[in-house]
Amino acid sequence: MKTLKVDIRKKCGDFMLVSKLETSSDRFALLGASGSGKTMTLKCIAGIEKPDEGYIAIGDHVLFDSSNKINLPARERKVGYLFQDYALFPNMTAFENINIVCRDEARTKELLKKFNIENCADLKPSKMSGGQCQRVALARMLASDPEVILLDEPFSALDNYMHTIIEREIMDILAEFDGPSVLVSHDRNEVYRMCDTIGVMDNGTLIDVQDKESFFKHPATVASARLTGCKNITAVSKDGFASDWGIKLELPPSSKSICYAGYRAHFFERVEETHKGEPGVFEVEVERVIDDTFSRVIVFRQKGNASESSDSMLTYITGKETSVDDVKFLKVVPEKLMFFEV
Amino acid sequence: MDLSPLWITFKISLVATAIVFVTGLLLAWGVTNLKKGKAVIDAVLSLPLVLPPTVMGFLILISVGTNSFIGKFLDTFGMKLVFTWQGASVAAAVVSFPVMYRGIRGALEQVNPTVVQAGRTLGLSEFKIMRKVMLPMAAPGILASVVLSFARCLGEFGATLMVAGNIPGKTRTMSVAVYTAMQGGDRELAYKWVAIIVAYSLIILVVMNCLPVLRRSHR
Repeated sequence: MKTLKVDIRKKCGDFMLVSKLETSSDRFALLGASGSGKTMTLKCIAGIEKPDEGYIAIGDHVLFDSSNKINLPARERKVGYLFQDYALFPNMTAFENINIVCRDEARTKELLKKFNIENCADLKPSKMSGGQCQRVALARMLASDPEVILLDEPFSALDNYMHTIIEREIMDILAEFDGPSVLVSHDRNEVYRMCDTIGVMDNGTLIDVQDKESFFKHPATVASARLTGCKNITAVSKDGFASDWGIKLELPPSSKSICYAGYRAHFFERVEETHKGEPGVFEVEVERVIDDTFSRVIVFRQKGNASESSDSMLTYITGKETSVDDVKFLKVVPEKLMFFEV
Repeated sequence: MDLSPLWITFKISLVATAIVFVTGLLLAWGVTNLKKGKAVIDAVLSLPLVLPPTVMGFLILISVGTNSFIGKFLDTFGMKLVFTWQGASVAAAVVSFPVMYRGIRGALEQVNPTVVQAGRTLGLSEFKIMRKVMLPMAAPGILASVVLSFARCLGEFGATLMVAGNIPGKTRTMSVAVYTAMQGGDRELAYKWVAIIVAYSLIILVVMNCLPVLRRSHR
């Protein structure tokens, strides 16, 4: 199995991209907020952007090596890149879009059939739906026989229903595909469903690379915790006082370097008034209640907490049957608290 | 009425447009792909747009005149540019070049860059991307540039007069004919030429606005 090795640095204005990753058989995901440098990393791998220095290789196939002055042009890299907006050739039909790449009509027909888009073979992209465009783009990418597949937010332009369908199709393709793949996304659920290893981009730097299970259980930094969807985060002082939340927490024994704590909105436990004042127990002052499709979101703060920070507002997600009047005291389960040093 | 200025003008303009189409397309592509010096090269290529026609005429005369290097070279083939319709074509070409070059460059730069990048990652050569993707996508803009440069050639006056003169039946174009008629006090003839020029100019612009290919969008 071929390994994708990336170790690059690139400066763009005030922004510094520092990306270092190594992935072999697995499906790798780059998770990050918009503008964090995920797409830039993909573009450097594909040869669309040139890093200032570093090294990129697929197996023994060196794509970029600044110390040996190697910089293969994009067309010789054998990197399949699926663009956010499909980037189909607008002047060509679906058939022509694929055929110009593989120059083999039989193969093109086969790909059209495989992706179930024979009915739009003679249509131009402007006449196709988003899902059809994405399928043509996928077929066209496979027609170039790539050694690595890069997916740049492939679902961002699709509606919910099409997202689910195309996502499953891409999962099938990746399962069949014999090589590394990198998915760029800001959606934690999508990343969890589709990939094995997750790396977090934060402000241009790739931090915190872990396999997905441990990544969601123990994100290493506050930034990655937020990207995993952790809604409640606070600064913690040495004595265990959570300054944003306004309550005291029980810290684990080895707590010397802990600076932040996080807690997932689903994990709160409702407790009786008798627990008032214990560490990790909130006296709830409800700020607002938002009804989501299948859950109730209660935004609250510790009663009397004077902190003005946005983290002083906590989120509790519960079932629709829960009445706000029953939410008086909420307890943080110590073993579900996450701690961070940065 | 001697209609020769009409035919001469169209002959000069067709040749000039052909020259400018090829050079404009190549230079527009070249400049689009430039990484350094774009601003300076673009300024030099656009210079005829802002220089007075007399200055352009003067510069052309200096560079293709009988004593110049180009003039001597052409003379060995028995060709002369000064006071010939071929010379007028060169003058019209130089003056209308920026219209073509800037128009085509704009059309090429309008092409969605990610589509071009996609072509590269898919292994297509630069030439193939140019031929199969960029040119077809830029076609409406390119065609519009061709029509506009042709119109610019038809109206060329200053540089043409300086390079090719005003020889009836040989180098007298329509715009020069208007000038000559006014100078000679023949208002009626001047009116006729003005009417013809306004009419075809209008027709060109209307046709340009109506051509379906110019309105077609790929989106």
